[in-house]
Amino acid sequence: MAYLPNTDAERRSMLDAVGASRIEDLFSSVPAQLLGPQLDLPPALSEQELVADLERLAARNRPLSAWESFLGAGVYRRFIPAIVRATISRPEFYTAYTPYQAEASQGTLQTIFEFQSMICALTGMDVSNASLYDGATAAAEALMLAVTQTGRHRVAVSAAIHPEALGVIRTYAGGRNVQVDVIAHRDGVTPLDAVRAALTEEHAGLIVAQPTFFGALEDLAPLAEAAHAVGALAVASVDPIACSVLVPPGDAGFDVAVGDGQPLGIPASYGGPHVGFIASSDALVRRLPGRLVGMTLDHHGRRAYTLTLQAREQHIRREKATSNICTNHALMALAATIYMAKMGAGGMRAVAEVSAQRAHVLAERLAALPGFSVAFDAPFLWEFTLRVPGDAAALATAMRERGIVAGLPLGGVDASLSNALLVCCTEMTSPASIDHYVEAARELAARPQEARA
Amino acid sequence: MSEANGSAPRATQPEPAWAGEEPLVFELSTDYSDGPRTVAAGVADAKPLDALLPKSALRTSTTYVPAVPEPVLARHVGRMARRNHHLHHGIYPLGSCTMKYNPAVDEQLAGLDGFASLHPYQPDEDAQGALEVMWELERMLCSLTGMARMSLQPAAGAHGEWTGLRMIQAYHAAHGDTQRTRVLIPDSAHGTNPASAALTGMDVVTVKSNHDGTVDVEDFKAHLDSSVAAIMLTNPNTLGVFEKDILEIARAAHDAGALLYYDGANLNALVGVARPGDMGFDVVHLNLHKTFSTPHGGGGPGSGPVGVAPSLVEFLPVPTVEKRDGRFVLDHEHPRSIGKVRSYYGNFGMLVRAYAYIRAYGDTLPQVAHDAVLNARYLQARLAPLFPMAVDMPCLHEFVATTRGSRVAGLRATDVAKRLIDYGVYPPTVYFPTTVPEAMMFEPTETESKQSLDDLADICAAIVGEAERDLHFVRSAPHNAPVERVDEVRAARHPHLRWRPDD
Repeated sequence: MAYLPNTDAERRSMLDAVGASRIEDLFSSVPAQLLGPQLDLPPALSEQELVADLERLAARNRPLSAWESFLGAGVYRRFIPAIVRATISRPEFYTAYTPYQAEASQGTLQTIFEFQSMICALTGMDVSNASLYDGATAAAEALMLAVTQTGRHRVAVSAAIHPEALGVIRTYAGGRNVQVDVIAHRDGVTPLDAVRAALTEEHAGLIVAQPTFFGALEDLAPLAEAAHAVGALAVASVDPIACSVLVPPGDAGFDVAVGDGQPLGIPASYGGPHVGFIASSDALVRRLPGRLVGMTLDHHGRRAYTLTLQAREQHIRREKATSNICTNHALMALAATIYMAKMGAGGMRAVAEVSAQRAHVLAERLAALPGFSVAFDAPFLWEFTLRVPGDAAALATAMRERGIVAGLPLGGVDASLSNALLVCCTEMTSPASIDHYVEAARELAARPQEARA
Repeated sequence: MSEANGSAPRATQPEPAWAGEEPLVFELSTDYSDGPRTVAAGVADAKPLDALLPKSALRTSTTYVPAVPEPVLARHVGRMARRNHHLHHGIYPLGSCTMKYNPAVDEQLAGLDGFASLHPYQPDEDAQGALEVMWELERMLCSLTGMARMSLQPAAGAHGEWTGLRMIQAYHAAHGDTQRTRVLIPDSAHGTNPASAALTGMDVVTVKSNHDGTVDVEDFKAHLDSSVAAIMLTNPNTLGVFEKDILEIARAAHDAGALLYYDGANLNALVGVARPGDMGFDVVHLNLHKTFSTPHGGGGPGSGPVGVAPSLVEFLPVPTVEKRDGRFVLDHEHPRSIGKVRSYYGNFGMLVRAYAYIRAYGDTLPQVAHDAVLNARYLQARLAPLFPMAVDMPCLHEFVATTRGSRVAGLRATDVAKRLIDYGVYPPTVYFPTTVPEAMMFEPTETESKQSLDDLADICAAIVGEAERDLHFVRSAPHNAPVERVDEVRAARHPHLRWRPDD
């Protein structure tokens, strides 16, 4: 049996000890008509066969490592220092669970405290929780926090946030009769005049992204002021590595910062598991969803850590809890913590700068080709929206034939951008692949019939 | 394992190497500007950031994240690791959490580059292997639960609960049943059940349970009317007892137009042996990190797929995975879907592990439930002389004992829990369900050997013996852990939730 330690002789003696004659007796409380369903399961595999099967399936994928890739769009291919995987592969961390018993879980608790502290440092906020599922659910949780805090039932959402986040916000808002007002982007950013026009004293919160989904940079502070002017909370969804170089949401006056920690040492893994974070001002700490770890003392007077402020949580407050979240994404938060500790703010700034430098050079070279241009005037960091001659999806397909994943065709996100690609560079984008991209684009631009096929 | 006794003054004993304080990472380095060597841009005309971006966009405040030299960081990690109890160290009988062994091979398989480096926005043609894993896993989970289709998107059990309830709302709305706004939940249910219902905007009605945690059918029927959207049950319930009237409950619920929701937290008792779909449940969530052995990760990531009966399939989150002409595709075209519940397609890395786990057992999977129940029954029998049981009947995969009425007056569940830590055992879930005073919920799982269960029972007997001799000693445990009893009251009164540069 795959992972069962007991022998039949041991089972026999255990059955004897509990006064049962056979296994079936243990299930006598289950109505007979329910027992022994017909299962459509394949035969068991040996470990060798299992490995072969999964290696076959993995080989059917063509992951980003098999391409010259310029795809980002919220999930970034960044270099992962080996100590990250080495740490989260330790059974002391990955086989443990939520640290309910503090004295047996000081390791997990301290790493979460360090995660909370680093997220605060990056975002410029006062307090962070222990993690959420992903950036999209973190955005939704932040707006639900705003709804509870203000007692209002409308939220304003920039159309330049990640479309996955917008989708999840709609689903969270739907059941609770919270109205979602989407503010159209202009030039890839959220127009301040439109924000001022849209926000009313019925709005609980405003959410914007930095950088926006389109790679552009918002001018954050006036957006927070606009939210505050109507008594709404200002929420920013931020890239954690970008926070090391850009004015962080805390410094720009935001009440809540959320985001996805995937760039911090976590593989793309077809979209998950990643890790969400949420950080806020001190005033909102008792509204935060999920786990919080606090530093305290043990009875010997030594520094110790424990889950705290649990009166917010489902296992204590049930239907009055701030959220239903129980299991969060602690192991991915640990990966992010080790990544941040290895890189430090300086290392994160270095990869941010290299990424931006490569993206700006690529953008400049592409914009010099006929029919190509950078779509928006707003400043950008390492990702930009590229207008291409003809249909962007067709161009991307033609680029794939040259071994290049050219970016994300944006027509599916915004119909007015069907001739645009979202293009990303990171420290993993080689200078040679930038040359290849430009050459391939030049060739295809000269033969627009192929790009438009 | 410690044989500490109460008479030795601890000051005369050297502390174990892992005791005492471990510095914070912020105390190991103050390098906020340099960090490790990284690659250079390698492109001509690379300009510094302040030439690429307007000055107003650039950060001016210090980012207090120190770069820690790797040898120092590695030792920090190693010392923190020693301060954790974990499954490779000893039994972890945390009731309701199903802390079974996590197969080593599953970690290796989820890390294959073909999975780990796959981007969620690559075209379906690049992701055929991943989509095949999801398609096959969905079918195996449907077979095990008796449901028509399943969404693998929810990231955890509670997230699955909320997803399922959102579908139930959509179902009633599609039938014009907009007055169905109440959810019936037993008082012994997991806390996530009422919290998830509240998050959907529905009203929670708490239904009293019998002393064995089962539904009081008459009381339940009295609550059933045209305002009830759903009933949430876990079966077996939180006392490890099968809901004997489940078929009658399902009939009554459906007759009243309500839907039945299955909280899959306790499926390990029944996996492959009996199916929630056959019991009459309309919506089922699973915890892949419980029943299907994906690691708990110190508090996630989990995965909480949700299965539905045929009448709810059209409301599943988008996208679904479909197989068309031998190819796998993500299908976003479901106009009545509740939408997205998280980004992308779920915790794919967890799905790979669960797929591998099920394939390893294949059609022998029912043996998991057999051994899980046998182990729990055996441990229950071994502990019965020490602790009264919350219900006087044989359990399924877990059971609730109490210190109330044990041989030692004044012995509390938390005291036993803290003393267990000294013996290298993670404590059971304590003070849950709240309907049982001084509750200790044990769930050994099928991956513990008989020897391991005997050891745990012997340790519990030793602790009761210690308490009989010196209650104070047990009440002040742990004595052999990295820290002594942690002051949780102080933590809550004076929240200290982060390091600051002036700390």
